[in-house]
Amino acid sequence: MRRFVLLVAVVAIAAAESRFTRVSAQTRTLTVAAASDLQAAMPEVVKGFEREAKATVTVSFGSSGNFFAQIQNGAPYDVFLSADIDYPRRLVASGHADTSSLYQYATGRIVLWTRKDSGVDISGGLRSLTGAQVMRIAIANPKYAPYGRAAEAALRYEKIYDAVHGKLVLGENISQTAQLVDSGNATVGIIALSVAAGPTLRAHGTFVEIPAATHPPIDQAAVIISASARKPLAREFLAYLKRPQVSEHLHKFGFAAGR
Amino acid sequence: MDWQAIALTARLAALVAVILLVISLPLAHWLTFSRRRWTFLVESIVSLPLVLPPTVLGFYLLMAMGTRSPLGRWWTESTGHPLAFTFEGLVIASVLYSLPFAVQPVAAAFAQIDPSLREASATLGASGFRTFARVTLPLSIEGVIAGLVLSFAHTVGEFGVVLMVGGNLPGITRTVSISIYDHVQALEYQQANQTALVLLAFSMLVLMAVYGLRRRPWAAAPIA
Repeated sequence: MRRFVLLVAVVAIAAAESRFTRVSAQTRTLTVAAASDLQAAMPEVVKGFEREAKATVTVSFGSSGNFFAQIQNGAPYDVFLSADIDYPRRLVASGHADTSSLYQYATGRIVLWTRKDSGVDISGGLRSLTGAQVMRIAIANPKYAPYGRAAEAALRYEKIYDAVHGKLVLGENISQTAQLVDSGNATVGIIALSVAAGPTLRAHGTFVEIPAATHPPIDQAAVIISASARKPLAREFLAYLKRPQVSEHLHKFGFAAGR
Repeated sequence: MDWQAIALTARLAALVAVILLVISLPLAHWLTFSRRRWTFLVESIVSLPLVLPPTVLGFYLLMAMGTRSPLGRWWTESTGHPLAFTFEGLVIASVLYSLPFAVQPVAAAFAQIDPSLREASATLGASGFRTFARVTLPLSIEGVIAGLVLSFAHTVGEFGVVLMVGGNLPGITRTVSISIYDHVQALEYQQANQTALVLLAFSMLVLMAVYGLRRRPWAAAPIA
């Protein structure tokens, strides 16, 4: 009897599963891996595309390095929006992404951010970091996070890297770096303008833009994954990203236009 | 190989294991032998880290240590620096995180002691502490060692909490698991592999020690 029940359960699950896959194959769906600096800007882009293309888009946010490793190991994404251009290029070189799809959709900007109640005046830009009130400075890990590399380059450009090196704490990605400051554990942080412009951080703090000349440009590129089974829709999505109104929207969320 | 991270992790885990030993003995004793009705409440709290994802614990700790919480403000004012991103901060986080791994084996061992032995000790005039030191503790030494080893090992394997409150400072908060994660993120798979292998071998040794201990190969004859 118990075996019979088990059998019925297995058959029922299998039937439900196959029905589910058939349904999802009929609707147009796209899975996008997006760098976490896009978290605030993406929902509206996705909504606009879904309405127009009559498709469903699922977005996973995470660190570009993680996505890079996952895609190399066969992760089922259709499109990868990286926070830099190096990872997409390497995916193209190794045959995991389509060469012709490589598109630089934006350029990231970095800002100095602090909570309104931190009592630290950051109007002097990076040079205010040497003050004694600044105990901890959060940046993304320069070893693998594009924004972290830009932060370190800017500190070196201003020749204060050695002076503030002992105050640096490292976040795993740019959102987590923002959390370290927003929770009041780090005094200030060097984070993406796109994160600082998001609703939460905008309400909690103030920021000063760090001049683009102080660091190599944070070029951000998108690619279509070679193993994708939905390339036509993926191409439609990239074409949508190239529209002027999308660039404008991204600009509003702290991205400069792609070069 | 990141020896600095390995040394730091060993120091952290050893300190946490010792602190947890000191905490878990009275706590497990109280949980096992107290007749109060609400021991189950404390038991549940102690076991929470088993169930909660490290991200939840890490998030709460980050909030508690930050200047937005009274606790965080008090610590920052009295020590001059925030508790997050320090070795002490990691010790506190790890003690909370590994608490059930220290308390549960000890409490289980206490519960297995024949009550008549403790009662006999009491009727012969031994104080509560003397009964604990001469009867309860010797009879449950395996559970105590298991708790010590498990809390050490569990602290070594900690990742999510350290990622959230550590700040990745070499020699201070960059533990082995963070170091491995960094190498993987930077696509340095070979270095990641080397350090990971050390951790794998270590974990296997610890588990062999715990399970080997449980079999008690040296016991001359079964007591029952």
